[in-house]
Amino acid sequence: MIGRLFKFHGGIKPAAHKDESAKAPIRRAPLPARLIVPLRQSTRATATCIVEIGQKVLKGQCIGEPEGFLGTAVHAPTSGTVVDIAPHTMAHASALQTRCVVIEPDGEERWIEHAPFDYHGASRDESLAWLRACGIVGMGGATFPSHVKLGKGAGIETLILNGGECEPWITCDDRLMRERAADILAGAVILRELIGAREMVVGIEDNKPEAIAAMQDAAAASGHGVRIVPIPSLYPAGGEKQLIRVLTGIEIPYGKLGGDYGVQCFNVGTAHAVYRAIAHGEPLLSRIVTLTGNVEDAGNWEVLIGTPIEELLQLARPKPDTDRSIMGGPMMGFALPRLDVPIVKGSNCIISASPTLFPPPPPEQPCIRCTECAKACPAELQPFELYWFGRSKNFGKAQEYNLFDCIECGCCAYVCPSHIPLVDYFRFSKSEIWARERDKSAADQARERFEFRNFRQEREKAEKAAKLAAKAAETRAKLAEGGEAPAPKTAAEPGEDPKKALIAAALARAQAQKAEVKPQNTDNLSADKLAEIADIEARRLAAAVTAPAADATPGADTPAATVAVDAESRN
Amino acid sequence: MITALLVMAGIAIVLGAALGYAAIRFRVEGDPLVEKIDAILPQTQCGQCGFPGCKPYAQAIANGEADINQCPPGGDEGVRKLADLLGREFKPLSEEHGIEKPKAVAVIDEQTCIGCTLCIQACPVDAIVGAAKQMHTVVEPLCTGCELCVAPCPVDCIAMVPIAETVQTWKWKYPVVEIRKAA
Repeated sequence: MIGRLFKFHGGIKPAAHKDESAKAPIRRAPLPARLIVPLRQSTRATATCIVEIGQKVLKGQCIGEPEGFLGTAVHAPTSGTVVDIAPHTMAHASALQTRCVVIEPDGEERWIEHAPFDYHGASRDESLAWLRACGIVGMGGATFPSHVKLGKGAGIETLILNGGECEPWITCDDRLMRERAADILAGAVILRELIGAREMVVGIEDNKPEAIAAMQDAAAASGHGVRIVPIPSLYPAGGEKQLIRVLTGIEIPYGKLGGDYGVQCFNVGTAHAVYRAIAHGEPLLSRIVTLTGNVEDAGNWEVLIGTPIEELLQLARPKPDTDRSIMGGPMMGFALPRLDVPIVKGSNCIISASPTLFPPPPPEQPCIRCTECAKACPAELQPFELYWFGRSKNFGKAQEYNLFDCIECGCCAYVCPSHIPLVDYFRFSKSEIWARERDKSAADQARERFEFRNFRQEREKAEKAAKLAAKAAETRAKLAEGGEAPAPKTAAEPGEDPKKALIAAALARAQAQKAEVKPQNTDNLSADKLAEIADIEARRLAAAVTAPAADATPGADTPAATVAVDAESRN
Repeated sequence: MITALLVMAGIAIVLGAALGYAAIRFRVEGDPLVEKIDAILPQTQCGQCGFPGCKPYAQAIANGEADINQCPPGGDEGVRKLADLLGREFKPLSEEHGIEKPKAVAVIDEQTCIGCTLCIQACPVDAIVGAAKQMHTVVEPLCTGCELCVAPCPVDCIAMVPIAETVQTWKWKYPVVEIRKAA
């Protein structure tokens, strides 16, 4: 491996504001009155609820089975009673609701039976399934399921642990590395074995000297050949592609992932969670959350998943002029629409904001195409062009300019002299494009189904017609075989409509039948009855002779014959 | 004189043959314009435009028999796209063909359904399953919200329910510039 470091394009150096929260050690947050555990921990996937209201749950008991390929399990963060399973607002910019399991803790913290997982004795797939069942996801904020990221198992040369933590204010990874370096490295060794990498590098920004020292000590003690590499502090050096670039020199092109180039990247928090899951059999129940900003007592807290943010914020004692709370960092985070939302696996930081601390941005001015944004863009895009396309809703063009390479780091908006909220435009464009793609695939499906339905109806019609024709041909053949009176008639008039011939044939048959059939109720009659019948017949004959309508019989026959033909063609 | 005539006639024959060959060799099956129009239409197959499906409407637009503002599910945005494609002026949706509504799906009240199969026959995308005298149900992801099944139902058990926004379908809003009071 190359010893030198590389540079990525652009980047900015905002004020770090790390000291506020990095001084105090991690404290354990007290049990809240209620835990609201969302079954959906990220926008990607959800879990199926497997508990009922009123059920007693133990700490670490699975309450949500993973759904789909990207799903991971969800667990009860403490022991207690399920008091409700209902939609609840989630920690998302949309303020939409998702199904949550509300648990009232009993305060006993009684664990469900759990044991270390012997990943040496298990197959790779079993180990990945175990991580999935433990609900392990990326702890850097994106909550991408780790078992999927580990999935390849081949072709990965280098495992990178991301201790960059480049966003201002956030210090949860910093504190975790200072205090639990050995656990992180143990988790990293497990990850390395599972992914089959030869090399392991931990990249830490050089504004965290204590964390670097702690990790170096732990690395020396473990003797696993882990390299701890301090990297220059330059936002966004903690971005996955940027960190890979800095440490290995590999530039990952559009549409590719680190895995395609033999590099895989995990957050230090994820490594810690993997260690707890494998070495102790503990599912992911809590995470370190930085509470900072406009507060009296900034610091890091170990918080159970599902803790309401309102309650959590009280621990840091926000100052009275706090007007909003930001989840995530000031660069990439979002203002929480409500404060009663729960902490999820991806919540790394809550910043209390005040007008003095984060002054509202000056009014947006027109773009002067100074290209400062392009100079700052770590993805080497042209934000001023993307802005223009987004603003005019010319999304096709935005995609041509690689909008989806944008990592929404906010460097462009930070340097913009016109104070344009560029990232807002990019987010808007991205979600519009996704919506259009969804609509388009739905339209394509509808078109296909509509066309198939039309085709099916045509086919059914054709099949019916073919059946009818076959039936008619069969009847004709039968008639021809029979050699009865109508046969020569059909043969005699070949030019005539076959239907007419059929009708004529049916008529003839009906007449023949009529002629053949005799009244059925005249058998076994007494002599006087017979005499009576003969008398009536004689009278009828006499009447027929006198009546002028002697040919009424064939006329009466016709409707019956038509009915017969109809019945045949219907069959 | 005669040479010039012969030369010109020869050129005409050669070019004619080349054009004739090209017409056969590079023949385009179907009307590409119809395909392009059809790609813009929302494929709801609702018939509100007065044609039996999106493709026939596309055909009619291409032939100049129908106007571009007859598709309520496509909305004003659809009209705008058609106007762009055909180089025409944008015009608002014609009211006689209906108004733009939020996207909805049909939901059958399964308690009331008598199993008459009329809705199944009406559905243009085969999104309703069921059999005679058996309860019917709508396959939600396939439903285009065309409302064609609502009218035939003899017991009025089909309702159009607007699709709720989920985290996965939620969209970031267009950045709105706040006009601040001048200090």
